This record gives sequence, structure tokens and C-alpha cells, in this order.
Amino acid sequence: MILGSINPAVLLAALMVAATPILLAAIGELVVEKSGVLNLGVEGMMIMGACLGFIIAVNSGSPLLGFVGAALAGMVLAALFALLTQVLMTNHVATGLALTLFGLGLTALLGQQYVGITPPRTPRLDLGPLAQIPFFGRAFFRHDIVVYLTIALVGAVWWFLKYSRAGMILRAVGENHDAAHALGYHVKRVRLMAILFGGACAGLGGAYLSLIRVAGWTEGMTVGAGWIALALVVFASWRPWRALAGAYLFGGVVVLQLNLQAAGVRIPVEYLSMSPYLITILVLVLISSGKARASLNAPGSLNKPFHASS
Amino acid sequence: MPAPLMQLDGLTKSYPGVRANDDISFNIGEGQIHALLGENGAGKSTLVKMIYGLVRPDSGRMTLHGEPFAPSQPTEARLNGIAMVFQHFSLFDALDVAENVALGMENPPPLRDLARRIRTVSEAYGLPLDPSRLVGELSAGERQRVEIVRCLLQDPRLLIMDEPTSVLTPQEVEILFRTLRKLASEGTAILYISHKLEEIRTLCDEATILRGGRKVATCDPREKSARELAELMVGQILTPPERPARAMGDVVLEVENLSLKSSNPFGTSLKDISFQLRAGEVLGIAGVAGNGQDELLLMLSGELRAPRDQVRLRGKPVGHLGPNGRRGLGVVAAPEERLGHAAAPDMTLTENALLSAARRKRLERGGFIDWGKAEAFARDIITRFDVRTPGPHVLARALSGGNLQKFVIGREIELDPDVIIVNQPTWGVDASAAATIRQALLDLAGKGAAVLVISQDLDELLEVADSFAALNEGRLSRVRPAKGLSVEEIGLMMGGSGDMHVAHEAAE
Repeated sequence: MILGSINPAVLLAALMVAATPILLAAIGELVVEKSGVLNLGVEGMMIMGACLGFIIAVNSGSPLLGFVGAALAGMVLAALFALLTQVLMTNHVATGLALTLFGLGLTALLGQQYVGITPPRTPRLDLGPLAQIPFFGRAFFRHDIVVYLTIALVGAVWWFLKYSRAGMILRAVGENHDAAHALGYHVKRVRLMAILFGGACAGLGGAYLSLIRVAGWTEGMTVGAGWIALALVVFASWRPWRALAGAYLFGGVVVLQLNLQAAGVRIPVEYLSMSPYLITILVLVLISSGKARASLNAPGSLNKPFHASS
Repeated sequence: MPAPLMQLDGLTKSYPGVRANDDISFNIGEGQIHALLGENGAGKSTLVKMIYGLVRPDSGRMTLHGEPFAPSQPTEARLNGIAMVFQHFSLFDALDVAENVALGMENPPPLRDLARRIRTVSEAYGLPLDPSRLVGELSAGERQRVEIVRCLLQDPRLLIMDEPTSVLTPQEVEILFRTLRKLASEGTAILYISHKLEEIRTLCDEATILRGGRKVATCDPREKSARELAELMVGQILTPPERPARAMGDVVLEVENLSLKSSNPFGTSLKDISFQLRAGEVLGIAGVAGNGQDELLLMLSGELRAPRDQVRLRGKPVGHLGPNGRRGLGVVAAPEERLGHAAAPDMTLTENALLSAARRKRLERGGFIDWGKAEAFARDIITRFDVRTPGPHVLARALSGGNLQKFVIGREIELDPDVIIVNQPTWGVDASAAATIRQALLDLAGKGAAVLVISQDLDELLEVADSFAALNEGRLSRVRPAKGLSVEEIGLMMGGSGDMHVAHEAAE
């Protein structure tokens, strides 16, 4: 039996690892979109994080420094986006697309010397007895710390948006920037901070790919993870916990298709590798067909340029 | 008179091409209800924005409690006890009432305590509110309460209200005035912006009148007649609209037992609507915002399709036709939302004229646009309806509300329609522009068109309508002749109990 060779505990464990980079990028983008900005440069910021995180980790020997560097690299690219869209009032969509292309090109150049190198290992978090629980220990408690921090970050973002005053102001800015301005809130400042946060998260997601999941650098290695993260935000209708569920669903499909390939299912590999993307499209269609609900949750000023003319 | 709370001295503000405020000086006393009166574009908004710290004056001084006062941002104004209720509500639909209130405060308490305070304050001033409801689900009147309560929670010394009654029923206006008088008696000064003269005469202690950016007069509004005030404001003699004598023709438009679901999740569905509209008749439909007005207009204009046979034009079923099909048959409409619904904000006036008039005015030939004709048509509208704008090449977004409204209504009227449906034709429009629009609608009826006016302004409906009905929660009351209806009866019809009231009287 082919499917019998797939161990569900291993599958669950691999799923959490596969989901982490897109979840990181998605939770960052969720905050950005909640503030009313659509940054399509997620893919570019991710690959910057993947590349620079890798370079720094290899040269310093410290994965931690690699992650910090990746977050900064994502923020630098995000700051460029913020400068262009918020100060120079360029179009969000075009700028985001350009950012992605720029990131892909720049990292192809920067990473040339680093192909085929192994990065320093990130240690697993030692959870002691928890890791020994049969099945659950294998599935949930033998990961590196980033997996757990990412889940904690989702919780933190949820709490921030729902309960903190700063989160409320951020939602208000995204919902109706003119009203927020009339009340005296600094629309651009709020958006700038959200964009930087999104950049840092995307950078971390990229570093997770190059330092842990793949543990190596190749040109264009994010292969659309940033786009999946963008789709995930809509899929989650801008709710943090749903982004988590969506990321795990997507991670599950990725891992399952890899396992099916390994188990030798008689379907051409190409179909299996395209399945996660097909399923993303399908889910997006299903979600947006319930138009009343999804549209209620979308930030009212999303992707509308703000200019304080009064 | 006690020392004034606030003194304005020589305030001046220019924008490129316009002097919005020119040397404006007056005082506001403690506990005084001070009216700021003027047409659109007279500089009222700029003036209050300076007081509220959104705009900085070019020159001139303000003093508050005798101290110099120059707020550089609204936060500073709020900390000094100045609160403002905006004309275009500064609310967030997807947030709840308590969150909306918290956003307008400097140091809001935790949301749970705030919810309790909202309940107490809103009940103390007769403006009940449920803090946990989403603002998007509230009626216009309730939304305004949110804004007022937001201000009251900060114990303001000066409360600025920008056109607060334009969306309220007479009963709600009554409640609002009671609240404002109570506030004034507690020592809060109120700067009340409006162009509704009767309101100002009943409510305010003093009025400052602006025209073209300059102060024309400061006076006691109770000593002047509404007409005198209006003439000061407009700077010319006003004539009330004339109704050309006319005979009612045959039934043109007929709607029968129509129920229709709203396309908007926060909207009101239409329930069992029936009415007839005759050639030459002006039917006024009253109702508080959010009772199905938008849906009624969409259904009649064709944006919302209805069952084929339940909407008839001269006996022919048209319910299934879209806006272009109906426009072709002579049914035109001007919706309430000017920017984004009646007009595309980022297109020029010529383009906007073209969008609805291309076919009826033959502004296109074989799929190609005749720009010369289109521009001439736009120019025509601009002259005939006195739209104040540099020319037809201007973007719709750049026009003030009143001017754009004149343009949008003018565009539809110029199409020589058989039926015209308008929603809130004079909302936020100044007195002289409103008079122009009403006169144009009456003239059109005089030429034999059927006119349907949906409005929340009762004075307007009584001025133009021959027959009268009210919408309440998506149901339309019986259509009654407008002559002899009292404001009180109308209020009851708007509340959905008009017919019952009549039945009750008949039984006595």
C-alpha cells in the first residue's frame, strides 16, 4: 500500500515547518493591509531576507544574527516601498511589483558565491518530556524555536489588533483614512510603521526558508511563497488566527504532495507540485463568493492613496 | 455679558486661487449658542478647521480664556476643550461604537469602563446608544449621536457642530436641540454651522454671517426674519420657487407589490412597494436615512433589477431593464452619493456628462466619441445651472458638493426625461443652489415629466411635492396629497404609524 508509507506524525511535523515561512510573511502583510496599504513586494522582501540572512549566518556562524539581519534586510526594502508610496505618492500596486522584481534580481547577484554552502544549524528547542510523548511529541514538540515564536507572533498580532489602542488606531487608519486624519491621527506615520513591520516579518520568513527549511541558498528559492502569503491574507479575511489555519492548510498540501511524490503515486510530478497553488486559487474563489462577509472585513481604505489636502 | 470664551481676530487664510477667509473677527461667549451662517464656499469650513487645528491661519489671532491660542493639530485643540462634530461623519464603519468614541478621545479609559460611560452620558442627554454595535449598522441619526457623545465625554468648553441636522427627522432635531440647550445652560459654548435659517432662529443666541470668505454681519438671529438672514447670506433677493400651473397627465410609471432584497449587507430591503406616478406630478418620498431610499432609487434607475412585470412604464414592463435600457426609454436618476455614484470623481465634467448622456444626446457616433459636442453639452449644463467651476475640463472631485450636485441634476434634466428620480437633491447644497435645483425640477414637471423626489428634508418636499409618501423600514406608506399635510402627520408617517393615526382619528 502506497499511502501506508506516510507517517502522519512526521507529516504533521513537516507541515508546521512548511507553513512557518508563509505564515510569517502573511502575518506581516496582514498588519500592513489592516493599515490600508497593499504591498505586493512580499516576495521581494522574503527573498532579500532569505539571501542576506543566509550570507550573515554563514559569515558569522550564528543563525540568530542571520535572522536579525534578514529582518533588517526586509525592513530596508519595505522602507524603500514606504518612501515611494507614502512620501512620493507612487501607485501601490506598481511599486510592490517592482519591489519583487528588484529583490529577485539583487539577491541573484548577492548570493552568487553562496550556492551549495550549508548554513550553521539552528538547534531544536529542547522541550524535555513533552518531546517524548508518543505521536504528539514527534509531531508538535521537536521543532526549532522559530516555529513556536511564529505562533506566538500570531497571538500577539491578534491581541494587538483587538485589544490595544495602537492596534485600534491602525485599524481606524485602514478603515477610513480621511476620518482618522480629521481626528488628528498621523496616517502616514502609522502606515510607515506597519510597512516596516511587514518587511521585517517577510524577511524572517525568507530566512526561515534558507536557514532551516531548505538549509541552503539557490537563486529565486522563495518560488512564490510571498504570493501565497498575499493570498493567505485575503483567505484569512484579515484575521490572524485564520491566517494560521490557512498557512497550515497550505503547508499540509505542500508536504502531502511531496510525500505522495516520494511514495511513488502514479501522477506526473508537475501536477503534484502545482496542486498547492491550484488549491489556493480554489479556496480564494470559495471565500470571495460569500461576498457580503469577506467584503465586510476588508479594510475600507485598502490600496487607496492618502493625501492630506485639507 | 461675561468675558468671551474665544475671540477671533482678523483670521485670514488663502489657498492657491482663493481667499477662503479674509480678516474674520468675532467673539464666542461662554454658554452661548453662536451660529455660523453662510453658503457653501463662504469659508465656514476653513474657519472651523482653523479653530480645530486642522488648518493654520496665514495671519490673525485667536484667544481662548484670554490666552493666545494657536493649535497646530486637533490633539492640541481637544486638550484645550474644543470638540467638533463633523458634517461628513468621521466614523469608522467596521469598528463598534465604543471604539469609535475612544478614537476621538485623548486619554480614553479601558473600553469596558468607556462603554459604561457612553451609556450614562448618552442617556443623560437623551441620546441612547448601544456601545457594542458596529457603526456601519447604525442610522444616520444614530451615527451623529456617536459623534456627539464622543465630544460630550471630553467635557468640551466649545462644541463645534457642522450642519448637524441635515440627516435628522423633525423629532430627532427636537431631541438634538434639547441636548444643545442643556449643554449651553451648563456653560458650554456651541458654534453651530448651518444654512437652515429657521433652525438658527429658534436655537441660536447670536449669528455671524459669512459671504465669499468675509464676515458680513454679526447679529441676533431672533431679531431678524429668515428672509433677511437669507438675503444677508446670499447677498441678493431670493424668490421662492414658482409652481407652473399644470394638469396631471396619465400614469407614466407604476410599481406594484414589489419586494426586493438589498444588495448591501447593511442595507434595507424593499417590502411590498406600490405606487403610481402621473405625467406632470411631483411625488415626494420622505423618510429617515437608511429606510430603503437608496434601494428604491436603485430599483427605479435599473441598477437593481426587479421582476419584469412589477415595474411598468406606460403599461410596458421594464423591471428587467438595466440603467441604459431605462434611460433609453426616458427614465433617468440622480442618486444621493454624488462622488463615486452620480459622478466619477477622477473624470472631467465633460467625461461625466458623456457617461450618462452619450446615447440620448447622440454624443457618440459609430462607437467614437464626439468630443466637441460632449464638451458643448457640459458647457451648456454649467451655464444653465450656474455651476461655479473654471470649465468642463475640471475633475468632478474638485467641485464643491453643491456645485457638483447642480451639475449632476442638470445633466439628467437636460436629457429631457419622461421620468426623473432624485435622491436628496439638495443635501449639503447652499440656499441659492438648492432653489435653482428645486425650480428646475418643478419646471421639468411643468413640461409634463413625472418627478420623484426622495428626501429627508421635509421643507423641501412640502415646497415641491404634489403628493407625498414616506418610507419606513423598506415599506412605503399610502400616497397622499401633499396639500394640507402637517409636519406632525408627516413625522408619524415617517415613523410608520401614519395610516394608523388617520384611522384612529376617523374612528373618533
